[in-house]
Amino acid sequence: MYRYVLKRLLLMIPVMLGVSLLVYCVLDLAPGDAVSFLAPADATLEEREQIRHDLGLDRNVFIRYAEYMVNMFHGDLGKSYLTGRDVFKTFAEKVPNTLYMGFTAVFISVILSIPLGIYAAIHRGTLRDNASMVFALFGISIPNFWLGLLLILYFSLKLRWLPSGGAQRPESVILPAITLGFGMMAMLARTTRSSMLEVINQDYLRTARAKGVPERVVINKHALKNALIPIITIIGTQISTVLGGAVVTETVFSWPGVGRLIVDSLNSRDTPQVTGSVILTTLFLSFIVLLVDILYGVVDPRIKAQYTSSKKRGKSVGADKQKVSA
Amino acid sequence: MEQTSKKLAHEPEKRERSQTTEILRRLRKNKGAMLGLAIVVFLVLVSIFSSVYFDYDSQVIRQNMLQRLKSPSAEHIFGTDELGRDLFVRVLYGSRYSLVIGVVSVLIALVLGVFLGAIAGYFGDVVEEVIMRGTDIFQSVPITIMAIVIVVSLGQNMINLMIAIGLTSVPGFVRITRASVLTVKNQEFVEASKAIGLSKANIIFNHILPNCLAPIIVQTTLRVATAIVTASTLSFLGLGIPAPRPEWGGLLATGRAHIRDYSYMTFFPGLAIMITVLALNLLGDGLRDALDPKLKK
Repeated sequence: MYRYVLKRLLLMIPVMLGVSLLVYCVLDLAPGDAVSFLAPADATLEEREQIRHDLGLDRNVFIRYAEYMVNMFHGDLGKSYLTGRDVFKTFAEKVPNTLYMGFTAVFISVILSIPLGIYAAIHRGTLRDNASMVFALFGISIPNFWLGLLLILYFSLKLRWLPSGGAQRPESVILPAITLGFGMMAMLARTTRSSMLEVINQDYLRTARAKGVPERVVINKHALKNALIPIITIIGTQISTVLGGAVVTETVFSWPGVGRLIVDSLNSRDTPQVTGSVILTTLFLSFIVLLVDILYGVVDPRIKAQYTSSKKRGKSVGADKQKVSA
Repeated sequence: MEQTSKKLAHEPEKRERSQTTEILRRLRKNKGAMLGLAIVVFLVLVSIFSSVYFDYDSQVIRQNMLQRLKSPSAEHIFGTDELGRDLFVRVLYGSRYSLVIGVVSVLIALVLGVFLGAIAGYFGDVVEEVIMRGTDIFQSVPITIMAIVIVVSLGQNMINLMIAIGLTSVPGFVRITRASVLTVKNQEFVEASKAIGLSKANIIFNHILPNCLAPIIVQTTLRVATAIVTASTLSFLGLGIPAPRPEWGGLLATGRAHIRDYSYMTFFPGLAIMITVLALNLLGDGLRDALDPKLKK
């Protein structure tokens, strides 16, 4: 188990290198650079060149990248071209906001979707099941920025219950979190339903009922526990989608988070800030994915046994996961 | 595949046809899928006829300040926007952007992803390792952020938007193709193809891939839906198709600026996106059930 975790942690290093190289070089292709945002409007060509030189932008991109890498391994992600502030500090200031919104979203969607999915599975084929699943299908199909606008329209502008943007008040998080978590909720409800349906007719449930276990316990304990694996997989993959989707939600609700930081820095060609933020975000998400994989082991001892055995087995765990997420 | 009952063996052609017929029959029985298909066909027709029926210069983008910000009425059933343009015309006309972007970007992803996935699955070893690790790297960045970074770097226009969205959809196809190639490549008919000396390319593309189509078809349909949402998301953020072209996401961004007093401007473009995505999801789900009845219990 520990070796498995260690291996996964080590595998993150090449992934981070790859991501940083990709983002750094792709951004270098971008037309225009930070100079046009830094130089005063009446700056001469020489002055612009001077700024470019000061930022080091006149040197080869791979040399700059190599330097960037060396600094990165010393824990220095550089300074913003625009503000001159430490990239990591700026990121660290914004990250709590995004996490707060993101995890509220995940929390809301988990506590709503699993009961909905179970409910649909128990009433399989009935009107109630169909209604729940139609609702879930709408949830998957609705673009989250539109949902956000509709929520603002109804709850802030019409009913005036909740603020339409910003993060000043405690209740400010509610609308963005619902917006962000809605798609995940729908996805989870569908997964929970199909996963429950798979276990619900199995023999051990009949045995449990036969020995007089109350129906509530049969469903919530015996069935749900065995249906959890695909549900956890979806939670794991969706957390990444949710935090990625935060870019849009943060724009709709003027929420001061990482997503907006990335978009704003991109618009001003602030390469160090963008690269640093993307690397840190990706790193964080990789940890979440690893955490989810470890959770499988906790939920299902069969998988835990596979972690500890040979490399080939480890591969087949990956294959199973793909099947589930596909 | 493995059915060898005598009757079937005598009529190979008929058997093949009946398999397709069987899939279509299952699809036709699925009301949701048929509804989805009907909506998709309708949208394709709308996007074709809106460019024939409406004149882009005089009806889609010409400004008319006398008519600005009129709420929905008999004359303008979706109302007019802040520059006096009929929103109904603009939403209908916008369908072509979403559909073209959705289809083209997914085609890019399909070609690249299936190719990479197939060789990864078939050759294994180093090839597989390199491709799959590359996929991991690409996939570890959230789709929206990746698409934004690519589109900003390449420059903001429709073709680059399609490339960006296409590239972000590649990993999904790589994974799915590789997984199904792995299940097929050890079957007897592949062995037989090797034995009679067919080239590797021939084996992969003519013999293995046709047997991997089901999950790829489903993935394609669902990915078009995702691509449409991503495209409108980027336009909404001001990074997609620039004004005055009436892309749905762009229309929503304008609507957002007027949300307080003219909410209809937010309502209709979003509804259009949702209906399109809903239809594709219905169709994709239906196809999955029709192509692989094992999955539906």
